[in-house]
Amino acid sequence: MKTAVSALLSGFIFGLGLAVSEMTDPARVIGFLDLAGQWDPTLLFVMGGALAVTLPGFAMVQRQPRPLLAEKFTMPTKKEIDAPLIIGAAIFGIGWGLAGFCPGPALAALSTLSPSVAVFVAAMIAGQWLASRVELRLGVGVQTFCDDEG
Amino acid sequence: MVEANVVGGIIGGGLIGLASLMLLALNGRIAGVSGIVGGILTGSAGDRWWRAAFVVGLIAGAEVYALARGGLPLHMQAQGLGLIAAGLLVGIGTRIGSGCTSGHGVCGLARLSPRSLVATLTFIIVAVITVFLSRHVFS
Repeated sequence: MKTAVSALLSGFIFGLGLAVSEMTDPARVIGFLDLAGQWDPTLLFVMGGALAVTLPGFAMVQRQPRPLLAEKFTMPTKKEIDAPLIIGAAIFGIGWGLAGFCPGPALAALSTLSPSVAVFVAAMIAGQWLASRVELRLGVGVQTFCDDEG
Repeated sequence: MVEANVVGGIIGGGLIGLASLMLLALNGRIAGVSGIVGGILTGSAGDRWWRAAFVVGLIAGAEVYALARGGLPLHMQAQGLGLIAAGLLVGIGTRIGSGCTSGHGVCGLARLSPRSLVATLTFIIVAVITVFLSRHVFS
């Protein structure tokens, strides 16, 4: 219960950040990715602002013996740079470049009640489900894939 | 045409970082949105509540800002089948590649994870090539 409340609050601040930085607008994201167009560096400032907090913050938190509300840190265990990592990132990159939406901003943009955003999110969840079915069929550990880096 | 949103970007990015830091410090979890959503579908039962709560909070946070500012700018960049294909690719890719812009980008880079660095560079480079091909070559 406590972890649900803290997750709700964390999600709220995350969504607020996506809206304030206008990352919920695919035009901002495509503007960043379109180097041959009129380049929009906003995403770079967003990434910089986030890393300015997480780089020192994660180092401090990870020195603690355990999180405040849970028994342990659930951290990624995989270390090797393997084919699924690179192939998956590349597939994601194609979709990201086509629509200008990655998962966080797409979900946050649901708040606009735009049917197009809902279509994208439905397709995204279907894609995740599809990939997890294939992983099951191939006997690849489902948890190790998704839970890790998130 | 488009002016960079420097102040909004830095403040918004800082909020995203703060939210990620909170989830790690309180719940011991990585704030990777694709993983959090994926886990609602396939994760263990006891794990679903905090994941669903995060997603509800994410939408509510954007909604509250939209209400305060009279709406969010939204300019869709793909339509119809292209939009559906893009969604499928984002879902499949983030699942196979274990993460997206938040998990690999914001959190993974902060953990100094080589896997996340490789993933982040890969999806940014591929997305830049995709945008170039779709907007300047096959447009």
